[in-house]
Amino acid sequence: MAMTLSEKVFRAHLRDEPFPGTKVLGIDVVMCHEITTPIAINDLVARGKDRVFDPAKIKVVIDHVTPAKDTKTAQQGKILRDWARRQGIRDFFDIGRNGVCHAIFPESGFIRPGYTVIMGDSHTCTHGAFGAFAAGVGTTDLEVGILKGVCAFREPRTIRVNINGRMPEGVHAKDVILRVIKELTVNGATDCVIEFHGEVVNAMSMEGRMTLCNMAIEAGGTSGVCMPDEVTVDYLWPFISSGYKDKKEALKDFEKWRSDEGCQYVKVLDIDVTGMSPQVTVGYKPDQVKDVSEVEGTAVDQVYIGSCTNGRIEDLRVAASYLKGRTIAPTVRGVVSPATPRVFRQADEEGLIRIFMDAGFCVTNPTCGACLGMSNGVLAPGEVCASTTNRNFNGRMGKGGMVHLMSPAVAAVTAIEGRIADPRKYGKGGVK
Amino acid sequence: MKEFGGKVLFLDRSDINTDEIIPAKYLTEISKEALKPHMLEDLKLEGFDPRSPEAKEAGVIVTRANFGCGSSREHAPWVFEVNDINVVIASSYARIFRQNMFNCGMLAIELPGETIEKLFAHRGGAKISVDFKNDRLTIESAKGKETFDYPISGFDKALVEAGGWVDFADAKY
Repeated sequence: MAMTLSEKVFRAHLRDEPFPGTKVLGIDVVMCHEITTPIAINDLVARGKDRVFDPAKIKVVIDHVTPAKDTKTAQQGKILRDWARRQGIRDFFDIGRNGVCHAIFPESGFIRPGYTVIMGDSHTCTHGAFGAFAAGVGTTDLEVGILKGVCAFREPRTIRVNINGRMPEGVHAKDVILRVIKELTVNGATDCVIEFHGEVVNAMSMEGRMTLCNMAIEAGGTSGVCMPDEVTVDYLWPFISSGYKDKKEALKDFEKWRSDEGCQYVKVLDIDVTGMSPQVTVGYKPDQVKDVSEVEGTAVDQVYIGSCTNGRIEDLRVAASYLKGRTIAPTVRGVVSPATPRVFRQADEEGLIRIFMDAGFCVTNPTCGACLGMSNGVLAPGEVCASTTNRNFNGRMGKGGMVHLMSPAVAAVTAIEGRIADPRKYGKGGVK
Repeated sequence: MKEFGGKVLFLDRSDINTDEIIPAKYLTEISKEALKPHMLEDLKLEGFDPRSPEAKEAGVIVTRANFGCGSSREHAPWVFEVNDINVVIASSYARIFRQNMFNCGMLAIELPGETIEKLFAHRGGAKISVDFKNDRLTIESAKGKETFDYPISGFDKALVEAGGWVDFADAKY
């Protein structure tokens, strides 16, 4: 029978079906951060079950509030740190080596096609970019994942999104996913996996694909998914080369996970990007999306570039291409958070950090930062932020603040003008 | 088996997200009890006051579509739990929130929009009691009394009976 990628992953990982429609899967990677894991750890300790199913399959990072800002966050970090040491978890990323979970774990080669991945974080869907089934879960699911290496799911149905056409200059993966969310609406993909296909996706880097999959949850999706191909193999090659004769053999192995011809989709959505405008959200829901021309000129107080959506090297390159030789408007606070130390170092070597600093940006350490308003970059009531992050919920970046979601290109030119602006006016590579 | 039900808090809006249920700034707490004063603190809903008796005394929430969208934070069900709310009734849920409710041994009941409408008609001093054994709930107000069957999967029911997913999984896997 023809199967989708996630149906294949479910079949390969099925441990139990305790009730019809409930599938208990074995989990390949259980990822943990300091916000949702400490309560699970404390509960395991209280139950006298302070153990882990397999320390090699557990990946841990402190990323949401780092360095700790107060006693409470210091305590969260300590609980996680002590636990990782106690349990012999080697892949623990502490301060100095830490970065945003959904950037640092893929960058470390932890995710492979066909894997099952869970984390106590809704943007876990990012990792589906590698052809994995990757789902955000709550602390209880995480706790069971840590203890038993299993997680229960209703088998998701799959929505296929075909993205074709020619990507216009100034339009990026973020614009495409905002358009997809606008079409699907905020709950159009609930209990569904969103598969991204088409020539635009095929031509995208892993970074671009992660941006797409990252926001599947904003349409309610369980996981975003891209089909593993040569791009996937190239990205993972440093981590997998010892296991395969050559890239061709790896590709053949990965391709077995691709959705079959004739598999069942509950919905097919076709997006033609030719002539598409950069996209910007308005309001407090991520499906409230407009062409940039409709919001152009809206004054902003802060511009934030970073997060698990758009804090990777490609994003910084795009933003810097507009900022080079320019300064941001005096009315704007610019904040950029490279997603990982590797991204930071690379941005430094390429001269991007210098460009951001010369333009007047504050460059922070790798962290989730302003995205959810719990560490730095919090807005005052009535303030507006142009942001490359993933959620524009009421109060998300600080009580009474307004967040407009957009690509790094739109964010960069918005910083220059102090008002939401159209990167296409700056021409190729930001040269006006 | 614990009792499910109580006074009803009606939240007449769709897409109420987890940041509205419990803002991220409180996720630095490592005890559920500490979340208690902050339930629905950032909810954007005309006329809603998180400090009103309706909110403070509630045992059940009745709301619209896509409740609990956004973050995976289990702090959302927890803030309800510590405020003695153990039932949410909505026309649909975000997947993670719904699972989190059952994983904590609480009820996330899904009813068609028309039935939700009938529940809303009881607004003003309504109480709901849940007959968990028979998958049935009764709403009672000055307008009278109505009973509705609700769907629940075998798995979700077993989670509630076990007191949550940790106990269920620990016994079985």
